[in-house]
Amino acid sequence: MTDDARKVTVGAAARPRWSIRVEKRPEISPFWRAMAPVASIVMALVFGGVFLQLTGYDPFEVYSLMFKGAFGSRYGLIETVVKATPILLATIGVSVAFRMLLWNIGAEGQIYMGAFAASWVALSFPDWPPLMLIPAMFIAGAVAGGLWALLPALPRAIWGVNEIITTLMLNYVAIYWVDYLVYGPWKDPKGFNFPLTPQFSQAAWLPCLGTTRIHLGLTFGLAAAVAVSIMLSRTRWGYEIRVIGENPAAARYAGMDIPRNIVLVMLLSGAIAGIAGMGEVAGITHRLQHGISPGYGYTAIIVAWLAKLNPAGIVIASFLFGGLLVAGYAVQIFGIPADIATMLQGSLLFFVLGGEALARYRVRFVRVGVGKGAVSQAEAK
Amino acid sequence: MEQTAMAFVTSVLSAAVAAGTPILYAALGEVLTERSGILNLSLEGTMLVGAVSGFLVAVRTGNLVAGVAAAAVAGGLIAALHAFLTVTLKVNQVVSGLSLTLFGTGVSGYLGKPVIGVPTPVSFKPVAVPALARIPILGDMLFNQDLLVYASYVLVAALWLFFYRTRPGLHMQSVGESPETADALGINVFATRYAYTIIGGMLTGIGGAYLSLAYAPSWIEYMTAGRGWIAIALVIFAIWNPLRAVLGAYLFGGVDALGFRIQVLGAIIPSFFLKMMPYVFTIAVLIFATARSRNYRIGAPAALGLPYERE
Repeated sequence: MTDDARKVTVGAAARPRWSIRVEKRPEISPFWRAMAPVASIVMALVFGGVFLQLTGYDPFEVYSLMFKGAFGSRYGLIETVVKATPILLATIGVSVAFRMLLWNIGAEGQIYMGAFAASWVALSFPDWPPLMLIPAMFIAGAVAGGLWALLPALPRAIWGVNEIITTLMLNYVAIYWVDYLVYGPWKDPKGFNFPLTPQFSQAAWLPCLGTTRIHLGLTFGLAAAVAVSIMLSRTRWGYEIRVIGENPAAARYAGMDIPRNIVLVMLLSGAIAGIAGMGEVAGITHRLQHGISPGYGYTAIIVAWLAKLNPAGIVIASFLFGGLLVAGYAVQIFGIPADIATMLQGSLLFFVLGGEALARYRVRFVRVGVGKGAVSQAEAK
Repeated sequence: MEQTAMAFVTSVLSAAVAAGTPILYAALGEVLTERSGILNLSLEGTMLVGAVSGFLVAVRTGNLVAGVAAAAVAGGLIAALHAFLTVTLKVNQVVSGLSLTLFGTGVSGYLGKPVIGVPTPVSFKPVAVPALARIPILGDMLFNQDLLVYASYVLVAALWLFFYRTRPGLHMQSVGESPETADALGINVFATRYAYTIIGGMLTGIGGAYLSLAYAPSWIEYMTAGRGWIAIALVIFAIWNPLRAVLGAYLFGGVDALGFRIQVLGAIIPSFFLKMMPYVFTIAVLIFATARSRNYRIGAPAALGLPYERE
């Protein structure tokens, strides 16, 4: 800004110049607080629309196809709920860690490990009755997801090793591990060489709602949202998690054991994501297969921040994102890449982030270079 | 026998440099960005966007230089978005980086759909440097590579000189260490951070283009396969030093190349475990590098990840 000031004195007689200035608002008006998310979503859609237009599609047509695909039919709505189920669980999982500013980016891998462990139980004990088999699969999924998250949690708690990278790297390891099984030792001999295991015995199938594909996993997700919400707002542990996330120094002065909380929170976070994996194999595919999660763990990161880590918000946002995924598949039939959904996911988040920040700031066009501008310049400083 | 062993070592070393080069470009870009105080986690998405735009332009124009330039511009654009969100709007840098990772992944998949499996008319081929290429082992490893590899050597030297021997380099570091002091000295903190974030993104984009135009000339969805994240780990391993980044990148490249070669030799280890190697290796190296310094912020620019507010 010293530069600007210099220009003002030197170029006082010159043509007026306009400059864009970002300043903090004295306070955020309630109107903008309410409008920011809406405006951000509209902006993201406009941005995506421009992108579609530039690449030769009619944005209105694509958007209406996407909307109809996800919400315009019974089938679409059911699929939206089906896709929302793992997203909801994974998001609740990562959001617990994010509350403590612990960056668990490894939900994808934790989903795969949960699916793997649940499948191991289902394939090993096919004769168990459902009331034994399903809880055993549930526990196996949770434990495997939790342990997979423990791997990066320990080095983080002990040495402060950056968990963003370690959790993410383990995603690749988990995916290759499942691939190894379904292409190798666990491959269904009668599966025409497809990368999948034999089907589980019916005792391992999660009950479904009527004749739809909506399964009990949805209840797990809603229960997890309620449980985490209560845990964060009503328990001492939840209180510690929030304090550590908001002010680690204060937490330390208050005598909170941060390394212990890192380990416990990551265990919980991974366990919930692991349950998402169990839900997919027990509720949808009834077998372990290649690509059991098409990136639910990454979507979860976006959903968590869009919902500002609020469990009720996460439930709503999960359904929206489930719909977005279904919408992506729906337009694929018309030759439009389904990646448009991933792209919109990412741009939604950055527009929402930007919108929120913009509500705190205001962008002003300031005239500099002539008398009045120079005065306001001085005032600004 | 000795001859074949020798040939094997030479081929692994030379493949290590080729496999390490995309990671090196991305890591050098991130060193620049982080040195100015901005943590940009969007490398994975930025590399993918660089790879796809470089490939698209090279296929359309048949011109490699145009391809690399397009990759740099695309990478710079993604990084400019990150800079706007984090420098101007002061959004959390981790969250912004993650959102751009997903965005970049989606954009690359979307743009690349029509060119999956399309052969490129042009690609970077090894060009032996006269005389130097005939040095045993090292000659083949370092001087029988393509032009982008040679450009990376120049870049490393230039960055080293820039960091430690020039005034703008010092300014950049002071912005990353103590923006208040830098500001008081009359350095424009915001402009500096914008500039190095964007240049960092451009280098990352070129790293992506190396994959699609030199390393494996083609476009495959998600072809970076975690290399952007490995590059971020590499920056920590390299203690934000461009020279150490070279060493690290070739080490990672070596692990990658070795896994692939063992696979080709038809080892008993299932290929899936060999494919896990670079990721497991990254975790191991990161734990080692961090445990040694006891804290991952040691060696990091002091203001890394913190927004700067003037007042």
